[in-house]
Amino acid sequence: MEMDIPRIELAGIAPEIALTVAALVILVVHAVLGNRFSTWYLPYLATLGLVVAGALAVIVWDVNDLQLSGMIALDNFATFVKVSLAVFGLLTVWLGRDYLTRDRLEESEFYALVLFAVAGMMLMAAAADLIVMFLALETFSIALYVLVAFKRRSTEAQESAMKYFLLGAFSSAFFLFGIALAYGAVGTTNLYSTGPEADSLFRFASAGPSTDLDLLVLAMGLIIVGLGFKIAAVPFHAWTPDAYQGAPSPVTGFMAAGSKIAGFAALIRVLDAILFPLRWDWRPLVIGIAVLTMIVGSVLAVVQEDVKRMLAYSSIAHAGFVLVGVVAANDRGVSGSLFYLATYGLTVVGSFAVVSILAGPGEHRTRLTDYRGAFYQRPLLAGALTLFLLALAGVPVTSGFVAKLVVFGAAIESGYWWLVVIGVLASAIAAFFYLRVLVVMYMQEPIEGVEPAPSGGWLANGVVAITAATTIVFGLAWGPLIDAAEHARFFVAGG
Amino acid sequence: MPKGYFGQYVTIGIFGLVGLALVVVTLQLARLVRPNVPSPEKYTTYESGIDPIGQGWVHTNVRYYIYALLFVIFDVEAIFLFPWAIVFERLGTQAFIEMIIFIGILALALLYAIRKKVLEWL
Repeated sequence: MEMDIPRIELAGIAPEIALTVAALVILVVHAVLGNRFSTWYLPYLATLGLVVAGALAVIVWDVNDLQLSGMIALDNFATFVKVSLAVFGLLTVWLGRDYLTRDRLEESEFYALVLFAVAGMMLMAAAADLIVMFLALETFSIALYVLVAFKRRSTEAQESAMKYFLLGAFSSAFFLFGIALAYGAVGTTNLYSTGPEADSLFRFASAGPSTDLDLLVLAMGLIIVGLGFKIAAVPFHAWTPDAYQGAPSPVTGFMAAGSKIAGFAALIRVLDAILFPLRWDWRPLVIGIAVLTMIVGSVLAVVQEDVKRMLAYSSIAHAGFVLVGVVAANDRGVSGSLFYLATYGLTVVGSFAVVSILAGPGEHRTRLTDYRGAFYQRPLLAGALTLFLLALAGVPVTSGFVAKLVVFGAAIESGYWWLVVIGVLASAIAAFFYLRVLVVMYMQEPIEGVEPAPSGGWLANGVVAITAATTIVFGLAWGPLIDAAEHARFFVAGG
Repeated sequence: MPKGYFGQYVTIGIFGLVGLALVVVTLQLARLVRPNVPSPEKYTTYESGIDPIGQGWVHTNVRYYIYALLFVIFDVEAIFLFPWAIVFERLGTQAFIEMIIFIGILALALLYAIRKKVLEWL
């Protein structure tokens, strides 16, 4: 019997390997040394791992190749997402260091889980096979389930982790069923063909009207549902407010930024690149989800009394705005969505950094009333939060404005001006609750006899400073990042 | 045999109905022929013939869970090792190195478990 031994091209997953090795080193070194030598070296190890992974991702820029027997796509699209993820990971680790030392939580597992999650998310962006995509989805989801429950003594955290886990497992089942049906329809789970003979979803979808597409369309629907859970699109959003509220704030920021960009990377690759020939079949579905997501996210955020819950609904609404770019399904839509996800990620990590600092030990101060007069106690933090909220609302001179402009512009280019009208209306509703926080911070006096807003350590303040700087810089000089996003092309066979 | 795409599902449907009927008919038949003598003992939970003690709602030590988890690790290791060992000669050095890495990672997991005092019982 002749065996076909696959070529092992480990270079294709070098960033993921670097992260995994770093995470294992962190776990084992800390387990062996214990707490005798304090834990100052752990964030350095995590930082090193993430920087190396980011660098390994960057050096394959402009490579257009399939690796590991067609399982991994090395293209600029994946690279752009990977670098964004490395940055989100770095900010989360630094913010986490401050948070964990303040709340006296176990450190090594936190960094290791963040690194594992980033590795899974990076794999998600590069997956060129539905099975690899599922593997990546599970890798980062399982890490996130544990991270959400990281305050394990808190019943609130347990509840939110349980909800997130149950619905996450549910969505994985949908996704897997979609893969099974896609296999039934096409006979392979590969997205791209590796040879002239090989079958693939792309080849099948673009074969023309003679092929029977019913099963593939059904599979596509299930895959959209499965990924819809991960990007928190309505009606698959029910876990979001609870998970975001119960999780430690650094983890919440990481989920909002990383989980979203990874889920969208997979969704954009499947819909806008592979199933592009079937766009008239999936567009009605995605348009429906986008409209629901924008409206429900914005309207429900208005009535929230807890800042973390409010930001959770705002992140749902933002998923809807990105979906508008996905619906556009043109080059500007893809690059616009990537730009949106990268800048939104930085802004949302920054907002949760401020929330994490102002919440104080044990995260007891997250209600809107706790923010009364925050400006007069912590002017710099309140100022940074103002900037982030304005960026989330899409006010000019912030990155959020540019992001909305590109995504909506792409939709108009494809003729979906009415979708843009709904998007702008939803943004207007959303602006109300962002401004509500500002009113509370600037115009109301702090309640007498309540302890003042706490301050953060230098690392947390540094994260706020970096994200605030990027929010303004990408709002004024968006050129380089837009440029990179426009060069973030998908893998093209024979290109 | 019914033919066609949906015909095949008719077979499954008939199978399901026969299965359902089997259960319903035997239970109803038993109810008709058996004597009916209720007594309090018959309403207690069956615990291998012994009188039940305490509540059914008890805590199980969480350590069993960690043991089960460790068991799964070595289970998976065995699943990978056996086919690997059978075709080892034909695979060559590369497969050997791959397996060393795999076992190495599992060994790290075991080291981690030992250091976290998982293997000590209370």
